[in-house]
Amino acid sequence: MSQLNRDQLVQLAKSQITEISARELKRRLDAGEDLTVVDVRERDEFVQGHLPDAVFIPRGFLELQIEQHQPDRSQPLVVYCAGGVRSALAARNLKEMGYTNVISLIGGFNDWKNVGFAFKIPTVLTQEQRIRYSRHTMLNDVGEAGQIKLLESKILLIGAGGLGSPAAMYLAAAGVGTLGIVDFDTVDVSNLQRQLLHGNKDVGRPKVDSAADRIHDINPDVIVKGYREPITSANALDIIRDYDLVINGSDNFPTRYLVNDACQFLNKPLVDGSIFMFEGQVTVYQPEDAARGIEGGPCYRCLYPDPPPPGEVPSCAEAGVLGVLPGIVGSIQAVEAIKLIIGAGEALVGRLLMIDTLDMSFRTLKIKRNPECPVCGDHPTVTELIDYEQFCGMPSRNDHVESNERALVAA
Amino acid sequence: MATVMVPTPLRRLTGGQAKVIVEGNDIASLIHAVDQKFPGIAEKVLDGDGNVKRFINVFVNESEIRTLQGLETPVSETDRVSIVPAMAGGQG
Repeated sequence: MSQLNRDQLVQLAKSQITEISARELKRRLDAGEDLTVVDVRERDEFVQGHLPDAVFIPRGFLELQIEQHQPDRSQPLVVYCAGGVRSALAARNLKEMGYTNVISLIGGFNDWKNVGFAFKIPTVLTQEQRIRYSRHTMLNDVGEAGQIKLLESKILLIGAGGLGSPAAMYLAAAGVGTLGIVDFDTVDVSNLQRQLLHGNKDVGRPKVDSAADRIHDINPDVIVKGYREPITSANALDIIRDYDLVINGSDNFPTRYLVNDACQFLNKPLVDGSIFMFEGQVTVYQPEDAARGIEGGPCYRCLYPDPPPPGEVPSCAEAGVLGVLPGIVGSIQAVEAIKLIIGAGEALVGRLLMIDTLDMSFRTLKIKRNPECPVCGDHPTVTELIDYEQFCGMPSRNDHVESNERALVAA
Repeated sequence: MATVMVPTPLRRLTGGQAKVIVEGNDIASLIHAVDQKFPGIAEKVLDGDGNVKRFINVFVNESEIRTLQGLETPVSETDRVSIVPAMAGGQG
C-alpha cells in the first residue's frame, strides 16, 4: 500500500471531488437549487456561526448520519468546514458511500464569512441540557432543533388533576420551557388515586403549588405559572393568549366549551382529552390558520354542538374512574402537544381516538369540521365568549358566587 | 345485522355489555332493535323529534353518520356502529 503524507492525501481527495467557491454556492442557493449543505466542523466551531440552513454533522459522525438527511445518492451534497481541507476529505468519504454529486466548499466557512454572506448563530443546548435531553436529540424527528423548540415553547394546562398530572410531568421532563397551570382547587385525599402531581404531604395545599414543586423536582429549568382561579369568560383570552397551545384536562362542560371557543378565537391548538370510568377520548382541535398554511380541523362544537342537559351525563365524581386511565389519556395528550411543537408526525386532527381499557381497544374515528358550526363554521354566529354556565343549562356564574366552588374541579 | 358499540355511560342499560349484535338494515332500525332488547337506549340517543341528540355522535365504522345518510345510513353484518357521547363529567 502506498504511503501518503497529509498534503498528498488532500491533493488526492481534491482530485476526486468537485469544489466550488463561496460566490458560486451563493449563486446556486439563491437560484433555488435544492442542495443539502452539510457543516462537518466540530461543535465549538458550529455554534459560533454557520451557513443558513446547513445540516450540522461533525465529520466523525458523517458517514453514520448522512443518510438520515439525504438518503438519495444522486442528490447533490455540499460539504464545508472552516477552510476547505477537512471538507475535501469528508467529500471523498461520501463518494465512497456512493454519493455521486459531492461538492466541497473552497475556503470553507471562513471564505463565506469574509465575502460578507449572511450566516446564522444557532441557539444551542448547554452542556447539561445536551446530557438531559440526549435521548430526544438522537431522535431524527426531534434533534437539537426540535429540543430547542420545546425549550422555547409555552403550554397551558387546564386543570392539574388526573389528565393534567401525567401531561404536566411528561412535558416538564421533555423540557417544555413554560407550563401554565389553571386550577383553583386544593389537594384532597381522594385525588391521590390518580393525580400523580400531588402526594400525601400535599393534602390541603393549592394544586398549583404542589404541581409547581413536583415539576421543578423533575426539571428545574421549567418555568411554572400557576393560575389559582377558575377559568372564566372574563380571564380566558388573557390567560390563553400567552401560550402556544392548550391541554384540556377539565371535567365539566362549561369549561370545555369556554376553552374551545377561546382557543378558536385565538387560533391556538387545543389538545382535548376526557375520561369516564374505563373509557377515554382524545383529539386535537386545530383552528384553521391560512397565514401559516395550517388547514385545521373540527372544533369541540362541531363534534358536540350542544351540551347534554345537566345530570344527563354523570361525572367521574359520581361514576368513578380507573386511576390509571388518566395516565394513559394525559400521556397521549402530552405526545400530541410535543408533536405539534416540534412539527413531527401527524397530529390527531380530524380524528377522535377512543380508548376502552376494559377490552383494551384503541379505535380512531373520523371527525369533520361542521360548515354550520356557530364558532368555526362558514358563517359564525358566536364571535365572542358567552356565559357558558347558562349555555350548559346551569345557574350563571354571575348569579352564584358559590359556583366557583364547583366549577373546574379537574378530572 | 350489525355490531353496536355501547359507550360506558349507557352500559348500565345493557347490563354492562359493551357490544350488542342486533338485526337492522340501517341505523334507525338498529337503535330500535337495541331499544327492544334494552329499553331506554333510544331515549338516551334520540331527541323528541327522533334525531340523534346533539351531544352524541353515531359512527358506522370510522365515519360519522351525518357525513353518510344520517339515521338512514345502511349497515351490513360486518359493520360496527359506535355511539359516542360527549364525556366531560358533570360538576366534580
